[in-house]
Amino acid sequence: MVSEAKKVLAISSCGGHWTQLKRLLPALDGCKIVFVTEHARYRTDVGSEKFYFLNAAIRWDKIGLLRQAGKIFWIVIKERPDYVISTGTACGFFAFCFAKLLLGSRTIWVDSIANTESLSLSGRLAGRLADLWLTQWPHLAKEGGPYYYGSTL
Amino acid sequence: MIFITIGNYSPFDRMVRVIDKWAALRGRTDIFAQIGSTNWRPEHIKWTDFLKPEEFDRKMQEANVVIAHAGAGTILKALELGKPILVMPRRPHLHETPNNHQLFMAKRFQDLGRIAMAQDESDLMAKLDHLEALRGAERISPVASRSLLEAIRDFMKQ
Repeated sequence: MVSEAKKVLAISSCGGHWTQLKRLLPALDGCKIVFVTEHARYRTDVGSEKFYFLNAAIRWDKIGLLRQAGKIFWIVIKERPDYVISTGTACGFFAFCFAKLLLGSRTIWVDSIANTESLSLSGRLAGRLADLWLTQWPHLAKEGGPYYYGSTL
Repeated sequence: MIFITIGNYSPFDRMVRVIDKWAALRGRTDIFAQIGSTNWRPEHIKWTDFLKPEEFDRKMQEANVVIAHAGAGTILKALELGKPILVMPRRPHLHETPNNHQLFMAKRFQDLGRIAMAQDESDLMAKLDHLEALRGAERISPVASRSLLEAIRDFMKQ
């Protein structure tokens, strides 16, 4: 019997996070990918793959974050991904919480290349829930994670 | 053509104003800027607020030089196309970004010889007169490094 393709929820905020997420896609060849990001404009980037968009939310926008978390909860329950991969920011952490704790999905965090001196807040929080926790800068790698295996460069 | 972009988030008039002034001083008519949602309007350069991803990519390809905020997405795209790029970091004390990550990242990329950086308005003004001297770094692959992709594949096989 042929096993079904693994389903991966690929989630990030806009701009550089999204650019980096797309640069990781060859690692997901053969998987069914569900994309989630913060802007409807990016739909044209993903061809026929499934695409959801969220309201944008930054750290101090409590209402925005709450709305975002609600929608991510709904997407995770609906899609039931086997894996979640994220390059940041808060939206990726929310997806890790729901998918890991409710469904036992396996989680991959690739912290943004923009975080050169320390991990982002979302990266540090997500690290506790990440099954694979990566930084893109060798000097930020530590025993126990985050690990360094190369960059999106 | 010189392509200016301030990214997807808040405007960055501090950078675009310098370029607008420089365009007037030097009589340059070959500048196109993506400036975000801002009340200020450039007077001497062509501009738009936002571009669709495919329009953005086309502008990048047409450009001889890219001048931008120090955003990771913009820098990666310019490097993919082998375009020379001059960045000016957004700064937290001016409420342009939450922290100094743009400055630190720009310094790291500059040290790697991949990009040029202008610290502030006067530095940018000075560097605009030497744009021709900027060389595009070696093109980077359109995808992440092989070792990173392998690490993710290996993890998913476990």
